[in-house]
Amino acid sequence: MYAILAWRNIWRNPRRTIVILLAVIIGVWSMIFLGSLMRGMETQMVRNSISTLTGSIQIHHRDYRNDPVVENSMDDIDNLDKALSTSLGQGGALWAKRIRVNAVASNARHSGGVILVGIEPEKEAKISFIGKAVTSGRYLKSEDKNKIIVGRAFLKKFNTKIGNKLILMSQDTKKEIASKAFRIVGIFSAESESVEKQFIFVPISQADGMLKMGDKISEVSIILPRLDITGKEETRIARKLKAAISNDTYHVETWQQLLPMINAYLEMSGFFLYIWYFVVFVAMGFGIVNTTLMAIFERMREFGLMKALGMKPFQVIKGVVTETFFLLVIGITVGNILGFLSVAAIARNGIDLSALAAGVEMWGIPRKLYPEIWAQDVAVAGLVVLVLGLLVSLYPAFKAARFTPTQAMRKY
Amino acid sequence: MPIELKMAWRNIWRNPRRTLLTISAIAFASMILVFMLSFQLGCYETMINTSVKISTGHLQVQAKGYLNDKKMRLVIKDPGQVARVLDTIQGIDAYTFRASGFALVSSDKRTYGVVVTGIDPIREASVSTIKSLVRKGTYLTEDDETTALIGEHLSNNLKVDVNDELIILGQGRDGSIAAAVLTIKGIFNSGIDEFDRNVIMMGLKGFQEIFSMGRTVHQTIITADSLGDVSMVQQEIQNNFSKTKEDEYLAIPDWMEIMPGLLQGIQIDLVSGIIMYIILIIVVAFSIFNTFLMAMFERTREFGIMIAIGTTPSRITKIVMFESGCMTIVGIILGIVIGSLATLYFQSKGIYIAGTEDILKQYGLPDRLYPRLSMISASAGPLVVLVITFVSSVFPALKIRKLKPVEAMNNI
Amino acid sequence: MAIVEAKNIKKTYLQGKVKVEALRGVNLMVDKAEFVALAGPSGSGKTTLLNIIGGLDLPDSGNVIVGNNDFAKMNPSGLASLRLHKIGFVFQAFNLIPVLSAIENVEYVMLLQGVPKTERYDRAKAILDDVGLEKKYDRRPAELSGGQQQRVAIARAIVSGPAIVLADEPTANLDSKTGEGLVLMMEKMNKEKNVTFIFSTHDNMVMEYARRLVTIKDGLIVNDEKKN
Repeated sequence: MYAILAWRNIWRNPRRTIVILLAVIIGVWSMIFLGSLMRGMETQMVRNSISTLTGSIQIHHRDYRNDPVVENSMDDIDNLDKALSTSLGQGGALWAKRIRVNAVASNARHSGGVILVGIEPEKEAKISFIGKAVTSGRYLKSEDKNKIIVGRAFLKKFNTKIGNKLILMSQDTKKEIASKAFRIVGIFSAESESVEKQFIFVPISQADGMLKMGDKISEVSIILPRLDITGKEETRIARKLKAAISNDTYHVETWQQLLPMINAYLEMSGFFLYIWYFVVFVAMGFGIVNTTLMAIFERMREFGLMKALGMKPFQVIKGVVTETFFLLVIGITVGNILGFLSVAAIARNGIDLSALAAGVEMWGIPRKLYPEIWAQDVAVAGLVVLVLGLLVSLYPAFKAARFTPTQAMRKY
Repeated sequence: MPIELKMAWRNIWRNPRRTLLTISAIAFASMILVFMLSFQLGCYETMINTSVKISTGHLQVQAKGYLNDKKMRLVIKDPGQVARVLDTIQGIDAYTFRASGFALVSSDKRTYGVVVTGIDPIREASVSTIKSLVRKGTYLTEDDETTALIGEHLSNNLKVDVNDELIILGQGRDGSIAAAVLTIKGIFNSGIDEFDRNVIMMGLKGFQEIFSMGRTVHQTIITADSLGDVSMVQQEIQNNFSKTKEDEYLAIPDWMEIMPGLLQGIQIDLVSGIIMYIILIIVVAFSIFNTFLMAMFERTREFGIMIAIGTTPSRITKIVMFESGCMTIVGIILGIVIGSLATLYFQSKGIYIAGTEDILKQYGLPDRLYPRLSMISASAGPLVVLVITFVSSVFPALKIRKLKPVEAMNNI
Repeated sequence: MAIVEAKNIKKTYLQGKVKVEALRGVNLMVDKAEFVALAGPSGSGKTTLLNIIGGLDLPDSGNVIVGNNDFAKMNPSGLASLRLHKIGFVFQAFNLIPVLSAIENVEYVMLLQGVPKTERYDRAKAILDDVGLEKKYDRRPAELSGGQQQRVAIARAIVSGPAIVLADEPTANLDSKTGEGLVLMMEKMNKEKNVTFIFSTHDNMVMEYARRLVTIKDGLIVNDEKKN
């Protein structure tokens, strides 16, 4: 009975109801839409980083991250292989081994610092971006000798091209400067120019030979089939893996630990998003209170009459709050629908930011923005608007409950 | 005072509660906009100033082409001449010279690729903050020719400390080998990992000697009196150079050209902020639109009588618009005042957000963020609120024109 | 010369979906300084006739001339101007602008007419004194009794010396004593200022005071007698 009455009451003044509905709808829509853009950006950032060599989980010698040199390599390969296959064998995870050190690359025209990555080409292709990133020339094969692939921006910086020679120098295990000449066979392109300038790839056997590693490796990079943006899944598996590797000098770390900056950014932006939700609510809250006040004052006589007929104050309050409830539910629903529709509209092509490539690079955000709706955000948005909306409607509701019949009659 | 204004003012206080809610909504929106915009702009200013102070300066004089490709041979042949020109220009706060080259640096235990930069210790101190960033040991003096400052990360990676020796091996300007032994005089920490890991600074004279530069340098770093003076200074230097034909081989890039990422990054952030602000204002506009609408409809009978006794509809429109105008202006002023006070408070105290220090450091921001109140930040937001509120008050006002007295008077 | 000439006025309007023939051919001539009551039950067409005479509404057919102004030859803004300068209105209720004081309400019409400030004030004061509201200049309508509000309305209606004053059931919301006082006031103004009064009523007491009684029933004038 309350429901029917409340419903009809809202539509007594359609124009007024629609106007306040619009405020709620636009507010909720913005919460969903902006939230989805932000989440999409975050997820993409993490995906990019993971694909750009970070991986879901990595294993290193415990001193490697502070000092990424050949001394801090892992030699207990058999143990690693066993631990990897027992812990990860079933889940669909993939992994590959790498040698990774700082080196100096030079040719006749230029020299500069780079990061030399020795990869297992077939395995690497499945776990990071490099397998699909080669745009001219060709990718590496494990039997390649002295072949190297470099980034497009690197090519420009060093003023060279496919087929040319490149000399790499780095400190080997005997603490001497090892140097080796390579020939460029392929060019890759990456999300960011700095990746293209910094990383160069050779077959792991070549790096091993040049640096006299004797089968030692710098890191194992592991990709899990699905990304858990909260990092919990990765942490669980990392722990399992760590237990399986009975070597204390090896560390197993997840992308959250490997990319503390991104992780901090994720937490911060979630926090700010919800503050924004609250601010938007306050903005529409004023309208909700005002509109409801006007609605009840218009019906003052009616409320007075109802009380004269025996309606209890609590019932009056309930009635007014129910009206607001319907209003909010409609607004939230339509706002959500609009939100989903607008996200779907741009989800296919994403928002292209490549015109502002340099700025995008600075913030480390992806060049194309694909929105992603998180159930959590939808729930929070709806809850904030509904709960707080009902709360603020209590004020006019209480006022309505206080109208006495005589007071009401006299005013008019 | 025109009668319409007097009546409008009195009219809005007929329903104090409704008026106060409306004014509060407008004040709320204005206040948030003032604060948020001050915050954003304050951050940008800090970011720009920090970058400018640490490495790029406000503008530079370089050989043409050096910006895109830092080749050793692209030099400023006659720095003395450049100095003479700069000394005549108003608006320049300070300038200094630098020369840089890539080299291998070896300590006892490690070898790394770094960029060695020769600085003029005295001039450099008035242009950049490097002197204040030296944490261990001491800054360079004019006479230092074989001592160096290195970044903290680099010193850790090389496993060296103050007074240790480093061997540097690079290529001189004429292609000859550049080799020298440098003693570490100081260790600096800028907070920016990139910088602290890759840079060694030494005395300019020493650098020029080692790298066969003669009297030439690569960059002239210039700080202007303020950010606003940059383009004027740039123009003046350009004029000077075109007189002496130096502009044929010298370029004068400003900080925006040197770090396009910074400017674009700021643009991206500003645009996304503006989008959120507009949404907020629209939600508020719809929120209060009802107030204007209802206030008008409630008084249809009153308007009818006024028309009957001779008031023109346009006069009534004027009254109604003045009513919305009064509320809006009071709201905006209130919002500006409160927003400005809040901004000024945090402008001196700074805002500390837990967990963000690491991220902020990387972008050159201190751990406390400071909003900055300016004419723009205090007025831009409220102005848009004014315009949008005005627009939303026009619609109800237009309805008045169509009022017919008899119908209006019969309206209940 | 008649100050009001209404010839063969017909008016039909829609109430919801129902057609109501409010006036079915009314002829009325009123001379200057007359004190005329339009009597009749509710729904007889009194209010409609007053609205048409006052230029607030247009007849479907027929013609109105007030003070030599032929309504048929005037456009809406001309009519509005006529209402402002030549015709005074007193309604049954809600006559006054709520946010203006008594004296401001009276001044308001003069302001619309372009009367200069000091003159406005003096004339408003004078007329309020005339209707017996000397102490109430600055009171807002909410602070005045029903009868006082109506007197302010009358003051406003006649302050600019209009040709006619039209009052639609001015005493309907007042108790009999106050109502009587109001009619006496109207009579006084009529005699002192020579202003024509045409008022509608269904109150017998009010009809007593009229010097001419026009009875309307079902949209037609059924009786029109001058009394003494």
